[in-house]
Amino acid sequence: MTERFMLSRRDLLKTSAAGAALGLASASFPISRAFAAAATVGFIYVGPKDDYGYNQAHAEGAATLKAIEGISVVEEENVPETVDVQKTMESMINLDGASLIFPTSFGYFDPHMLAMCAKFPDVQFRHCGGMWNKDKHPMNAGSYFGYIGMGQYLNGIAAGHATKTKKLGFVAAKPIPQVLLNINSFLLGARSVDPAITCQVIFTGEWSLAVKEAEATNALVDQGADVITCHVDSPKVVVETAAGRGAFICGYHANQSPLAPEKYLTGAEWNWAKVYKMFVDDLVAGKPLPNFTRGGLADGFVKMSPLGPAVSEAAHTQFDGTLAEMMKGGFSVIKGPLKNNKGDVVATEGQAFVETAIELESMDYLVEGVVGSTS
Amino acid sequence: MDATEIGLWGVPLAMLGGAIRVSTPFIFVSLGEAITERSGRINLGLEGTLVFGAMTAYAVAVITGSPWLGLIAAAFAGLCFGLFHGWICKFPKVNDIAIGIALMLFGSGLAFFFGKPFIQPSAPDLPAIPFGGWSDIPQVQAALNVNVLFLIGAALAVFLWWAFRNTRAGLIVRVVGDSSDAARAMGLNPNTVRLLATGIGGALAGIGGAYLSLYYPGSWTEGISSGQGLMAVALVIFARWNPLGCFAAALLFGGAGALGPALQSVGVTQGYYLFYAAPYVLTLLIMIATSSPSRSLAGAPGELSITK
Repeated sequence: MTERFMLSRRDLLKTSAAGAALGLASASFPISRAFAAAATVGFIYVGPKDDYGYNQAHAEGAATLKAIEGISVVEEENVPETVDVQKTMESMINLDGASLIFPTSFGYFDPHMLAMCAKFPDVQFRHCGGMWNKDKHPMNAGSYFGYIGMGQYLNGIAAGHATKTKKLGFVAAKPIPQVLLNINSFLLGARSVDPAITCQVIFTGEWSLAVKEAEATNALVDQGADVITCHVDSPKVVVETAAGRGAFICGYHANQSPLAPEKYLTGAEWNWAKVYKMFVDDLVAGKPLPNFTRGGLADGFVKMSPLGPAVSEAAHTQFDGTLAEMMKGGFSVIKGPLKNNKGDVVATEGQAFVETAIELESMDYLVEGVVGSTS
Repeated sequence: MDATEIGLWGVPLAMLGGAIRVSTPFIFVSLGEAITERSGRINLGLEGTLVFGAMTAYAVAVITGSPWLGLIAAAFAGLCFGLFHGWICKFPKVNDIAIGIALMLFGSGLAFFFGKPFIQPSAPDLPAIPFGGWSDIPQVQAALNVNVLFLIGAALAVFLWWAFRNTRAGLIVRVVGDSSDAARAMGLNPNTVRLLATGIGGALAGIGGAYLSLYYPGSWTEGISSGQGLMAVALVIFARWNPLGCFAAALLFGGAGALGPALQSVGVTQGYYLFYAAPYVLTLLIMIATSSPSRSLAGAPGELSITK
């Protein structure tokens, strides 16, 4: 009985979609025309959408779409990176009629989103992260991401000026390229202040594990790190624990300065509203959506939190100078001569990877000065 | 070596500090479950009670500004969940494990629903007692910042161990857990005893939840428990229904959980996923070493549905 109902509903959707595609008889079917103008956009989050971090940044972006006429937004939070996300996508497509889906977590891509791309060739999927590849993946898939590593480089400058022990701490979730780039950028930013600075990294193995993140933060402070930053989904626990232990903090994903106003130096934040609006504008205009979308500080994909009260005059000057440099474009964080922390050369003299360099998206090393291991 | 560099000493220190910081929810949930299981019932719903207690404590602390009121509210909420479980299970042919799983999902879901507005605000923390004042090393001072709930948990473990042997109430719970028929012959009503035992177990789990959200890690998020309530239920079997064993097992799990981050912080960075699995490997090894094919689990209450 239920199946029958779903089938008929799916048929209805198919019919109206076909009608719209062929531009059939708009005068005789005014209803189908109105239906075609509206679009449903689906957002899938791995955690709660108000987590002071990754999911909140996406949900804030999604919320701005609700104001656009003719666009309806469907959201589902706390969806694990398992076959569950496939079910969520199927129900968004079959029951809600979503024509564009943003699965926002890294682990949704392979195999889950790719399976859905094959099953629903008429639906567009755009995944947050850097994994879409023209040669390997279907054209109704795509990826978008921001060059937030630049923000972590600026975090590193603020941290480099603030540290007294010359040791920084980084609480990271998983050793994937985006995380590694953030860790490396944070250290290199700090080393642009003082080349003797090192950064200790602790991987917790999961995107959100409150107790382990608190333990990791405590362990870093115990080992003398006096500026802490992180790449986990919800930095709230790390920020509060580090501030409680007297360490300075550089934020990530969203602005966490209300949690520790005295200790918060600055932070690298997302500005997804801009990205989502871009996709939806294309969708409404009937243009093909880009498959490969990237942007940084200059494009407004990424922004910095206002500098906190503990940031020194010298740090302020260098921060502003570097930021202005980055806004011009072509700034390289990873540039030679540079070795990884196992002693292998990753960039030779004169070699530089600008923020747009695709090589950075398959990063599998930690640079010299980072204490930690990718496995 | 200056005062901020403690090098390899960081590992045992982190394990000690971690054992004290992380173990408290395990202690309360496992002690509560020990009381419930000693009376002959299993309440698997304590994971949900823990999460709901964490949310209640945080919400009440945010609204009233008092962490102690939050703690009391969490204990009361836990009591209600426990009594509810105990009440349903008194009906014939009701499976306590199935009800427990239902309550686990119900408690978490309800906590997520009511907890939405409380993710953003900050609540006042429960106080800690600094026992590290004798040392000038900040790391030692930090590790020995002991929350009062940990001390209460430790005292409670000793008290329960004593009470199960030496008090009338303790003996009543045990006889009900070992044989309903014997209890009825003595004029006791097993359902009433189990109702109260489950209620007290729920209240203790609620207190464990308050510790999570009001002290360590000290904020309300939906992933705050990450399965600690379930692990604590398993700890009771691991500890052979002995309150002192529960306390020791909770410390062990807390310390082992701190091992992974601590080792990475001193530069042992290879294979951290293996270190994170340490508590579970340890459990497996101890269970294998102490099990026997020829007898049932030593110390198991006879009325428990898993041992019947």
